[in-house]
Amino acid sequence: MFGDLSHLALQHYWWFLVSLLGAILVFLMFVQGGQTLISTLGKTKDEKTILVNALGRKWEFTFTTLVTFGGAFFASFPLFYSTSFGGAYWVWMIILFAFVIQAIAYEFRNRPNNVYGPKTYETFLFINGLIGTIFIGTAVATFFTGSNFSVNELNQSKWDTPFHGLEAALNLHNLSLGLTVFFLARVLAILYFMNSVDHKEILERARKQLIINAIPFVVLFLTFTTWLLLRDGFAVDPGTKEVYMEPFKYFNNLIEMPLILIGFLAGVVLVLWGIISSYLKPSSKGIWFTGPGTIITVLMLLLIAGYNNTSFYPSVSNLQSSLTIENASSSHFTLTAMSYVSLMIPFVLAYIWYAWRAINVNKIDQEEIEKDDIHIY
Amino acid sequence: MFESIDLALVNWSRAQFALTAMYHWIFVPLTLGLGFIIAFMETIYVRTGNPEWKRITKFWMKLFGINFAIGVATGIILEFEFGTNWSNYSWFVGDIFGAPLAIEGIMAFFMESTFIAVMFFGWGKVSKRFHLTATWLTAIGANLSAVWILVANAWMQDPVGMRFNPDTARNEMVNFWDVFLSPSAVSKFLHTSTSGFVLAAVFVVGVSAWYLLKKREIAFAKKSMIVASAFGILSSIMLIGSGDSSAKTVATAQPMKLAAMEGLYEGTTNAPLIGMALITDAQDKPLTRESQAEFAMKIEIPSALSFLAYGDFDAFVPGVKDLVLGNEEHGIMSYKEKIKRGYEAQQTLMAYKKAQKEKSPEFAALKAKFNDDTWMDNYFKYFGYGAYYDDDPETLEANAFKMVPPISLTFYSFHIMVALGMWFLLLFMIILFLIYKDKLADNKVILWASVWTIPLVYIASQAGWIVAEVGRQPWVIQDLMTTSRAVSQIDTGSVMITFWLFAITFTSLLIAEVKILTKQIKIGPKKEGGKQ
Ligand code: HDD
Ligand code: HEM
Ligand code: HEM
Repeated sequence: MFGDLSHLALQHYWWFLVSLLGAILVFLMFVQGGQTLISTLGKTKDEKTILVNALGRKWEFTFTTLVTFGGAFFASFPLFYSTSFGGAYWVWMIILFAFVIQAIAYEFRNRPNNVYGPKTYETFLFINGLIGTIFIGTAVATFFTGSNFSVNELNQSKWDTPFHGLEAALNLHNLSLGLTVFFLARVLAILYFMNSVDHKEILERARKQLIINAIPFVVLFLTFTTWLLLRDGFAVDPGTKEVYMEPFKYFNNLIEMPLILIGFLAGVVLVLWGIISSYLKPSSKGIWFTGPGTIITVLMLLLIAGYNNTSFYPSVSNLQSSLTIENASSSHFTLTAMSYVSLMIPFVLAYIWYAWRAINVNKIDQEEIEKDDIHIY
Repeated sequence: MFESIDLALVNWSRAQFALTAMYHWIFVPLTLGLGFIIAFMETIYVRTGNPEWKRITKFWMKLFGINFAIGVATGIILEFEFGTNWSNYSWFVGDIFGAPLAIEGIMAFFMESTFIAVMFFGWGKVSKRFHLTATWLTAIGANLSAVWILVANAWMQDPVGMRFNPDTARNEMVNFWDVFLSPSAVSKFLHTSTSGFVLAAVFVVGVSAWYLLKKREIAFAKKSMIVASAFGILSSIMLIGSGDSSAKTVATAQPMKLAAMEGLYEGTTNAPLIGMALITDAQDKPLTRESQAEFAMKIEIPSALSFLAYGDFDAFVPGVKDLVLGNEEHGIMSYKEKIKRGYEAQQTLMAYKKAQKEKSPEFAALKAKFNDDTWMDNYFKYFGYGAYYDDDPETLEANAFKMVPPISLTFYSFHIMVALGMWFLLLFMIILFLIYKDKLADNKVILWASVWTIPLVYIASQAGWIVAEVGRQPWVIQDLMTTSRAVSQIDTGSVMITFWLFAITFTSLLIAEVKILTKQIKIGPKKEGGKQ
C-alpha cells in the first residue's frame, strides 16, 4: 500500500503527521499553562492539591507527546533532528531541563521526607510551565524566521553562532510566538479546570483569569500572524531545488492551498468561540471548542511551513543549507515502514480516550482528594 | 573530509552520555521487573478476593510509582541527546536508528502512560478486571519500550539490514526485519529485560527481609517473598541463558569486546574461562606487540571460553593481538589492513563527492563502486577504520593498538556481573527453600544477606552496560563510525556546563528519591482501606 506511493507523497504524509503531533502537543501544553496558575487559582493547601491533581492525571500525555514528537521527527526527517538539536543546543537543553524537573514534581511533592519541601516541587512545576511554553513556541517560530546553520556535502551540520540557538530567543518575532503559546496554554488550562474541577472559589477565580489571559493571547497571536503573513518566506524552486526569498510567501501559501486557509480560519474561530462563550456564560464546554480549535490552527500553521515548496527549517546564514521536506527526509524504505507503523495511531488514540473516560467519571473536588483508595499527588 | 576533532569535546560528550544513561538505568530495571511482580500480585488478589493481596499490591505499586517518575525524568534527556550531542551520528544512521525511537513512542510509551493512570487512579472506578488488565498492560508497555530501544542499541553493535547511499552520505535501511530480529537484538532484549526482572525480584526480597528482621508485617513479607523469589528463579535462569547467547553474538560481531572481557591477549584454541582474577592494567602505557596480560592471581575453567563463545570446546578464540596484527592461520584480517581499506573507502567517498560537484567523467566509475557488492564488502565494510590511517607503518600499527577498548574495566565488569548472577540464583533458591521449611524468619544471616544484595544487583546491572558500551569502544557503530566522528560540533564549554547541570540535578533527585522510598518502606503497607 504505502510502498507504491512516491517518495514525495510519503514526505508530505510524514510532514502532516509530525505537524499533527506538534499541534496536539501545543494543545496538551494546557498542563504547563495550568502549572503557572496553581497559586493564582488556589489559595489554600486543599485548593492547590485539587489543581495539582487535576493536572497530575494529564501531565504524562503532554510529556509522552513531546517524546514521540521527537522520535517521529527523528525517524522521518533525520536531518532536522541532527541539525537542530545538535546546533540549537542551548534552546533544546533548556527545554529538556524544564521537563526533567517536571517529571518528578507531581509524584514527589506531597511525599513525606521529600528533602526539598513541597514549595520546591511547586516551583519546578512553575518553571516548567513558563520555560516549556515560551521556549517551545520560540523554537517553532524559527520554522518561519530561520536559524544560523550550515550543512556540508556530507550532510554534517554546524551552527554558525556561538550562542547555539539562544539568539533565536532574542528575536522579537520568535518571542511573540513564544509568548502567544504561553498565554494560550494558560487560557486552555483555565478552560480545562472549568471542565474538570468542581470547586466554587476556584471556578470564580478561573473566570476572572480567563479574560486576563485571553486578552494578551489574542493581541500576541494577531501580532505574530500579521507579521508572518507580511514577511518574506523561504521558497524552494521545484526544478533546481534552490532556496530563495519570496515576498509574502506564507500569505501566498494560504491562498494557494485554500483548504488550509479554510482550516486555519475555522480553527481561529473555534478558539475564540470557546473563550468568549465560557466567559459570557460560565460552562464546562469551552475546552471542547478551544482545544480542537488550537489543534487545527497550529496544524495549518505548520503545514504552510513545509508544504507548497517551502523550506520548513530555513538557514539565514547559508540559504542553500535550508532544510525542506525533500532534502531532510528518510529514505523511501524507512518512510514506508514508518507509515505502516502510523496505522497504529488511531488505535492508540482510541484506547487513550477509553481509559480517560473510565477514570474521569467524576469531577475532581474536595471529596475526591480525600478518598482512601486512589493515588493522590 | 572531517574537520580536526577536539578530543576534549568527545570526552565530555561521552561523559555526559554515560552519566545520563547510567542514571536512567538505575531506575529502568526496577520498572521493568516490578511491573510484572505487581501484576502477579494483583492477579492473585482478583483470583482469591483476599484483601490482604490488595494491600500487598498497593504497597509495591506505590514504590513503583515513585521509581517510575524519576525513570521518566531521566529518559527524556537520552531521547534527545542523540541529536544534541551526537548529531553526525544522528544523520549517518538516522534512517535506521530513528525508526525504533519513533515506534517506541507510538507503541510503548503511550501504552505505559495511559494504563499507569488507570492503575493509580482507577481503583473503585473501573471494574476489578479492567484494573487488572491495566496493570498488566503497564508492565507489558514498559517492556515493549525496552524492545525498541534495545533493537536500536543492538543495531549499533551489530549493524545489519542497511546499505550506504553516497548521495545522502548515510546508511539507509533496506530490510526492517533484519534490523528487528537480528540475533544481537534478540539476545540483547532477552538479557536486558530479564536482568530487570532479577533486579526487581532482589529488591522485593530484600525489602521484605528487612520487615522480617524488624519483626513487622510478617505475613505480608513472606507472601511478597514467595512471589518475588519464584519469579527471580525463573528470570535468573533466563538471564544466564541469554547472557550465554549474548556472548555468542559478541564473539561474532565484536570479537575485540570478547577479548577485552576476558583479558585475552593471545588467541588460543580450548580457551579457558577466567572465573576470577586480578588483572593489572597494561594500558597504563600504550599497547604494543610486546604487551602481555598480567594476572596477579587467577582461577580458570578449562576450555569454557571456547564453549561460551562458539558452543565448541575446541574453537579458536582470537585475542587482542590476533585482531590487531592479524592471524593468517585462523583467517583473521588485521586491524592494520582494515584501516587501509577503510581509508580507501573514505577517499573514494570524497572523490565521489568531488566528481559529483564538478560533474567530472570519473563520476560514473565511482558510483559503480558503491553499487558493487564485492567492493562494498571488501572496502566499505571497514569505512570507520579509516579514521586511524597513517602513511607511516609504525604509526599505523600504534594507531591500530589504540583501537583496543579499556581492558581492565571491561574485564572486571564482566566478571562481577557473572559472579553476582550466580549468587542471585542461589539466594532465591535458598529463600524459597527456607520459606518452605518455615525457617526463614529466624535465619538472620540470610535475611541480612538479602538486604545487602540490593546494592549488589544494582552493581551487576550497571556492570552489564559497562561491558556492552565500554567494551565496544572506539565504535559508536561497529566498524563504520568511531565515537569521535559522531560528535556534534559544539564548544566543549557548553557540554561541560550541561554535564555538571545534569550531574547535580540527577544526584539531587536521586537523593530525594532514595529518601522518599526508604520513608515509604519504613511507614510500611497501610491497613486495608488506609489512605495510600
Ligand atoms: C531496557 C530498557 C530501557 C533502556 C535500555 C532505555 N530505556 Fe528509556 N525507559 C524504559 C526502558 C529503557 C522504561 C522502563 O520504559 C522507562 C523507565 C521508567 C519509565 O517510566 O519508562 C523509560 C523511560 C524513558 C523515557 C520517558 C518516557 C515517557 O514519556 O514515559 C524516554 C524518553 C526514554 N526512556 C528514552 C530512552 C533512550 C533514548 C534510551 C537510550 C539511550 C533509553 N531510554 C534506554
Ligand atoms: C540504559 C542503559 C545504558 C547504559 C547504562 C549505557 C552506558 C553507556 C556508557 C557507560 C557509555 C560511555 C562509554 C564510554 O564512553 O566509554 C555509553 C555511551 C553511549 N551509549 Fe550507552 N548505555 C545504555 C544504553 C544505551 C542505548 C540503549 C543506546 C542506544 C540506543 C546507547 C548508545 C550510546 C551512545 C550513542 C554512546 C556514546 C558514544 C560512546 O561514548 O560510546 N546506550 N553508554
Ligand atoms: C550470569 C551470567 C551472565 C552472563 C554470562 C552475562 C553475559 C553478558 C554479556 C556477554 C554481555 C555483553 C553483551 C553485549 O555487549 O552486547 C552482557 C551485558 C549485560 N548484562 Fe549480563 N551476563 C550475566 C549476568 C548478568 C546479571 C546478573 C545482570 C544484572 C542483574 C546482567 C545485566 C547485564 C546488562 C544490563 C547488560 C547490558 C545489556 C546487554 O548488552 O545485553 N547480566 N551480559
